[in-house]
Amino acid sequence: MTVIGQTEGDTSASTRGSGAAPPPKRSAPSAPGGRTGTRATHTWRYALKKDWRLYSLLVLPLVFLLIFRYLPMAGNVIAFRRFRPGSSIFGDEWVGFHYIEMFINDPTFWRVFWNTVILGGLTLAICFPLPIILALMFNELRSNAFKRVAQSISYLPHFMSIVIVAGIVLQLTSLNGTFNQILGLFGAESIAFMQQPQWFRTIYVSSEVWQTVGWGTILYLAALTTIDPQLYEAARIDGANRWKQMWHVTLPGIAPTMVVLLILNVGTFMAVGFEKVLLLYNPLIYSTADIIATYVYRVGITSSNFSYATAIGLFEAIIGLILILSANGIARKMGGNSLW
Amino acid sequence: MQDTRSYTAFRVVNGLAIILICAATLYPFLNIIAQAFSSEGYINSGQVSIIPRGFNITTFDVVMSDSMFWRNYANTVIYTVVATAIAMVLTTSFAYALSKRHLKGRGFFIGVAVFTMFFNGGLIPNYVLINALGMTNTMWAIVLPNAISIFNLLVMKAFFENFSTELEEAAQIDGLSTYGVLWRIVIPLSKAVIATMVLFYAVSFWNAWFQAFLYLDRRELYPVTVYLRNLLAGATGTEQMGGEAAEATQIASNVRAVTMLLTTLPIICLYPFLQKYFVRGIMLGSVKQ
Repeated sequence: MTVIGQTEGDTSASTRGSGAAPPPKRSAPSAPGGRTGTRATHTWRYALKKDWRLYSLLVLPLVFLLIFRYLPMAGNVIAFRRFRPGSSIFGDEWVGFHYIEMFINDPTFWRVFWNTVILGGLTLAICFPLPIILALMFNELRSNAFKRVAQSISYLPHFMSIVIVAGIVLQLTSLNGTFNQILGLFGAESIAFMQQPQWFRTIYVSSEVWQTVGWGTILYLAALTTIDPQLYEAARIDGANRWKQMWHVTLPGIAPTMVVLLILNVGTFMAVGFEKVLLLYNPLIYSTADIIATYVYRVGITSSNFSYATAIGLFEAIIGLILILSANGIARKMGGNSLW
Repeated sequence: MQDTRSYTAFRVVNGLAIILICAATLYPFLNIIAQAFSSEGYINSGQVSIIPRGFNITTFDVVMSDSMFWRNYANTVIYTVVATAIAMVLTTSFAYALSKRHLKGRGFFIGVAVFTMFFNGGLIPNYVLINALGMTNTMWAIVLPNAISIFNLLVMKAFFENFSTELEEAAQIDGLSTYGVLWRIVIPLSKAVIATMVLFYAVSFWNAWFQAFLYLDRRELYPVTVYLRNLLAGATGTEQMGGEAAEATQIASNVRAVTMLLTTLPIICLYPFLQKYFVRGIMLGSVKQ
């Protein structure tokens, strides 16, 4: 680069970053970039002096994280303290494991726990593989125009507000909705889907499929484009037919993406779509629809048992954290494809 | 390369299956549109699928003459604009600083951010906090708590990391400070990623409802999504939360359909133009690591 401004020629580019700041320590000029130099270039004082403008950019975001992310984490201590509305966010007095014992002895808790596990398990088992299959199907299309249109249509539900999705679900399952119209064609009786507990899981998982499958294909399609075409050629020369090519070239090619997404899916396995359930369920179908998060909402916000609800919420969050850490650990041990 | 007969058969079946999947994906939308233009009687007798029956547009007059609907609609616009602006300022400055590999403590700051993806405070501590901060029944409860999406942050950071260092250094030699480089060199040359991030944020704030539902009690502060939720809750009639029993009267299906249509209209209209940016954005996010 031959860009020369009105600057002193002997100052390295990185120290110029500090603008009007006082001249760097004696050892600094020998260490452009601040990585290879002497001990003095590794201190915080040096780093702050040189990069104070960069650090100043960090201030607001870190304050944000501290207040809106880490303070609530600390606020979880009210699971072990008695909290009264209006008092400090860290509660009034220690009560030990009182609230933990309370939910362990609470039959409703165990009902919502198992509902969460079943709903999360069904969602994982069905919503994880389908995008892979759909991406492979898209991949076999020859017409680019058709492929583009089909993909655009499949992404569309992802952009809808959860309130709209809930509205659509309620509409389709209502007594005069599409599902009952179809039943009517076969001369069957109308079903009040949203009043019968046995239908909730089907409805929830189907709507989840409808909303997420198309969007889920994006990452796999991106991974598919990175597969070396020579591999297919080599496989063909070796006599592999289409199926064998898919099995031995395509699937291994997208396996890393599959592992990463599986870890993420396992990690959020307990975090069943709280907002959707809250919008869809009603007391008639609590026996299958009520999940930990909605129970926390009712106990905490609606009935103001803040400490008790926090204890349940904390339990769920810790399970989620353990799940994602162990899924990541297993993935790293098995094949080296992990999140971190 | 010639296809075997069985592969040709597979391709035909595959194409048909995809057409079927697309039809199934679109059907619910078409159903809502058809209902919006149908009369209540036909809907209640279960005769409306994707073709309007008893065509009328008076329902649009009914919904649009409700001043509360427009007020809530305006709130949604305001919340979306303010929240997106705040989110962009925070995310851009955070991502830019984190993209500098020589920054001391960089790994720690990234860790601090990424950890919040996997563990969060939970509903109740957040609720207690927002109340303690006095944000209940103010716009701040909507626009501040979700100002940084870690996913968006990582996408932007990855983009900035690939930014030409020569260009930045040249600008510094010309006398620009870090702020100057960011504002006058990096941001103007990052329009694509910034547009993508604005889209991501704007759509998520436009679609959000729960924050508002939780922290706002006054109807005139609601965004339109909460207005719609209250219509739906009224329609199911089996649950009234937060003392909204008065609203839980029978609401006609076509009124609901029209409200849903109007609420999503901006997204549906912009979708064809914005879609490619979204896709590029999520791919950019997946390439990192």
